[in-house]
Amino acid sequence: MTETPEVGLLAREPGERNYLTNGTTVRSWLLTTDHKRIALLYAAGITFFFFLGGAAATLIRAELVTPKGDLLSADTYNRVFTLHGVIMVWFFLVPSIPTTLGNFLLPLMIGADEVAYPRLNLFSWYLWLSGGLLTLFALLAGGVDTGWTFYTPFSTLYSNSHVLLAAAGVFVAGFSSIATGINFLATIHLLRAKGMTWMRLPLFAWSMYTTSLVMVLATPVLAMALLLVFAERAFGMPIFDPRSGGDPILFQHLFWFYSHPAVYIMVLPAMGVVSEVIACEARRRVFGYEFMVYAMLMIALIGFMVWGHHMFVSGQSPFASLVFSALSFVIAVPSAIKVFNWTGTLYRGQIRFSTPMLYALGFVGLFTLGGLTGLFLASLPVDVELTDTYFVTAHFHYIMVGGSVSAFFAGLHFWWPKITGRMYSETMGKFAAVSMFFGFNFTFFPQFILGYMGMPRRYHEYPPEFQPWQVMSSTGAVVLAFAYLWPLFYLTWSLVKGPRADDNPHDATGLEWQTSSPPPTENFASPPIVTEKPYGYHPEGFAPHSAAPTDQAQTP
Amino acid sequence: MMEQASTLAPQVDRIFWMLTGISISIMLLVGTLVLLFSFRYRRGTNVPRGPVPERLSGEIEIGWTAATLFVFIFLFWFAAALDTEQFKVPKHAMEIHVVAKQWMWKLEHPNGAREINALHVPVGVPVRLVMTSQDVIHSFFVPAFRIKQDVLPGRYVEAWFQASKVGTYHLFCTEYCGTDHSRMIGGIIVQSAADYARWSSAQPQGDSLADQGAKLFVQMGCSGCHGGSAVVRAPSLAGLYGKPVPIAGGGFVTADEGYLRDSILMPQKQVVAGYAPIMPAYEGTASEDDVVKLVAYLKSGKVK
Amino acid sequence: MTDTALQKPWADAERQRVATQFGVWMFLATETLFFGGIFLFYTVSRVEHTAGFIAGARHTDVWFGSINTVVLLTSSLTMAIAERAVRVGAVSLARAMYAATIALGLCFVTVKGFEYWQDVSEHLLPGRDFPIAQTGASEFWAFYWTVTVVHAIHLTIGLGIVARMLLIPRDQLAARWTTAEGTALYWHLVDVVWVFLYPLLYLAGR
Repeated sequence: MTETPEVGLLAREPGERNYLTNGTTVRSWLLTTDHKRIALLYAAGITFFFFLGGAAATLIRAELVTPKGDLLSADTYNRVFTLHGVIMVWFFLVPSIPTTLGNFLLPLMIGADEVAYPRLNLFSWYLWLSGGLLTLFALLAGGVDTGWTFYTPFSTLYSNSHVLLAAAGVFVAGFSSIATGINFLATIHLLRAKGMTWMRLPLFAWSMYTTSLVMVLATPVLAMALLLVFAERAFGMPIFDPRSGGDPILFQHLFWFYSHPAVYIMVLPAMGVVSEVIACEARRRVFGYEFMVYAMLMIALIGFMVWGHHMFVSGQSPFASLVFSALSFVIAVPSAIKVFNWTGTLYRGQIRFSTPMLYALGFVGLFTLGGLTGLFLASLPVDVELTDTYFVTAHFHYIMVGGSVSAFFAGLHFWWPKITGRMYSETMGKFAAVSMFFGFNFTFFPQFILGYMGMPRRYHEYPPEFQPWQVMSSTGAVVLAFAYLWPLFYLTWSLVKGPRADDNPHDATGLEWQTSSPPPTENFASPPIVTEKPYGYHPEGFAPHSAAPTDQAQTP
Repeated sequence: MMEQASTLAPQVDRIFWMLTGISISIMLLVGTLVLLFSFRYRRGTNVPRGPVPERLSGEIEIGWTAATLFVFIFLFWFAAALDTEQFKVPKHAMEIHVVAKQWMWKLEHPNGAREINALHVPVGVPVRLVMTSQDVIHSFFVPAFRIKQDVLPGRYVEAWFQASKVGTYHLFCTEYCGTDHSRMIGGIIVQSAADYARWSSAQPQGDSLADQGAKLFVQMGCSGCHGGSAVVRAPSLAGLYGKPVPIAGGGFVTADEGYLRDSILMPQKQVVAGYAPIMPAYEGTASEDDVVKLVAYLKSGKVK
Repeated sequence: MTDTALQKPWADAERQRVATQFGVWMFLATETLFFGGIFLFYTVSRVEHTAGFIAGARHTDVWFGSINTVVLLTSSLTMAIAERAVRVGAVSLARAMYAATIALGLCFVTVKGFEYWQDVSEHLLPGRDFPIAQTGASEFWAFYWTVTVVHAIHLTIGLGIVARMLLIPRDQLAARWTTAEGTALYWHLVDVVWVFLYPLLYLAGR
């Protein structure tokens, strides 16, 4: 062994080299092309934005405890909910799983050394950061008050806020999304290890593939929508202005053509994580692997055809509304299949209720409830009543927060030992998972009731009959806030004091577990060869997924 | 149970509660299975756990996929059927013109009565709302009637309802429109026929919308060309409303409110066949309120 | 075909070539969707206000537009020759063709500059002095300014990408044929977008 100095906490043994110890200067981090380091750079960024968006949420929930607008002025409230939406969508949810877990795990899972375009990967982080800084600047300069949806003509002709800065920030961040998507598509097509055929890919890899398809094809349309808003607002180009013959609804079509597929960008990765965690913790092959793959492909494809369901009351033609409604019902089917299959994976398993499993099961429940409420919104006359009310707010928070964020936490905990080489406290983790589930339901279920009662969205004052449900929601939010803050504490603690992790502490299949925790920079000592289908779990124990020629046989 | 104050409300609610019932059933099904399997198959229990036969799992997969698809398509059809009925506005509906602006609702009755953030209507009578915005997109939402329609600048949109219960019901703006979006609220006051008549006659007796429009027609110079001029050839407007109009370039359009509004504000958009495009545009000169009155006049049958 | 300069993580030249093509084609797909958005704006405006839109379109200068089309198509020819030259190792020809492409690109930008100057002097910027009253005319010009500026930005970025080829030392040029291929694909995209824009901007109503 070469004489390398002890680097303390990050190394398992003195002189051990892994991706964390391989270069300790700031420069080696900021100019890295290692996909694992880039994943951590993104993780730092999205953590910051998550808590910033969360602070905005706290202000919103605090204001809504009373019917009067007594905490914030109307303009301030409008800027706060806009900030919450813009930050949470583009600077937390869209990047979250793909840029952190995806960047870290995708090459490992397919047996590759790197992503296809490592320098583009680093550039994507800088793009994202630049977009974030522009948006922060918009916030510090006084904020934006258009809502995250930037509807015209309010955003182009009437708003007295920093629309241009915010639009520019999102525009730049969009290119980061596109770059990540192109990278992942090329990686999966061209860098799979020998024997890793398409139908042997782990479902998380498939979820990265389908998510990337959507990122690459949908985001450019958002870019153009924002560019046109910029042209009208900054340069007076008459595009959406009805006084010049423009059509404000055109903006809505362009915006939602991206923003509906965007919700699948936010949920497909979560589905991938959940499949991995449930299979491992139930020690069972995923039920109906092929159907799970086709379901994700169908969701990605049909996801491009349903955007008009956000526009049923916009003045859109009734015929168009009928078509969008029908397709929205059709897209519910593959999601339902996945829920049934996750349930089926539990059948005859050997289920362990670890922290990741609790989050994953929470996802199944919350996603199912959120998805079912989507049926209400796909039904034309019911949507006419419920759209633009709190019912919609509750629906998408169930899926994006109850769903995607729970899944993100599931993945974070499941792969924490692999990424950091440390184990966190299971007791604390379980406590956080259960708190999140209950806190979440207390926060958002009352909002379905509020929507049913007719409370509109984006109201900072409201008639007093809505107050009891608002108070319940805000109370739940306190528990939810705790559930999000608590992992910050015990996960950080694990970095300092947590026991060192083995290569494969969960006895999981998957190539990422065949290398050390944390992995070396080059991922694998020698290129793996795949000989079996994924999820080779059996009730009795662990069977190896694949063995590279120099590995010793694993024992269960 | 939410207040049902229109003829539409019970029908919408029927679909809503049916969906709720289906959702509860599916949640119970999935929830029970998950909890059951979690309990029975938790690590270390002594229950049989052979592999699941391939063929069985294949049949189950196809089975529940097909079942889900059929249920969802049925739900789509069931809900859509109600909506397509709702498209047809009843003939002889009472017309109310709505102009939305930041941050208030202006509502005008045909007899000229004007209301701000309030609308008196008689129970049991179909009401047709012809709406436009002066600035940004707003949305006219009456939860108790189960109606909602975005109100757009530059265009007329329609909605209709028939109130079925006397009372006062919330009117909300429900498309974010700026600072005082939450304050752009009002009430729909549904009255018995007698009370409504009493209210209506108690309103300040001014000209009806059509009569105000007749005055504007002269004041704004429309009659100079459309009143039978010797100098300029302009299409006749007598009896125009609802008729097909031949358009330069081929084809016909129906002279509805939207056409009349566009013809006043942006006459170059669709020029009548056989006429020169010389009508000046009133965009910026005629306000939305003015247009409402002019359109009422053109619809009134009083145009010569 | 000569030896290739290999980038991480590619183990062989063929794979790297496929990867470059794959990446550039996907990027071109995003550009198609990007421009698609504004072409939708063109379509909607033209359908909703046909008379005014076309009236506005008649004020474009078909001479400037046609000259630029010839210039850009020629630059695509020089680019195609350059790429081929790199592949067969004809370094001097390749460099000359890259220089010609840049020259033609700069010519395009210059002609465009004159055209903009003329448009501005005719007050064809939507705003108070806009000369055509018909509804739809100003929308045409909104499209014109926005799309030509976006196209020009893409072209300018393209000039940078082509210039990069000239910065590669002569003895390494032949090995960088995958880079040459990617550069050519990008340049051809800029050209193809213009091929669609030309009739929309200069031939509408004529």
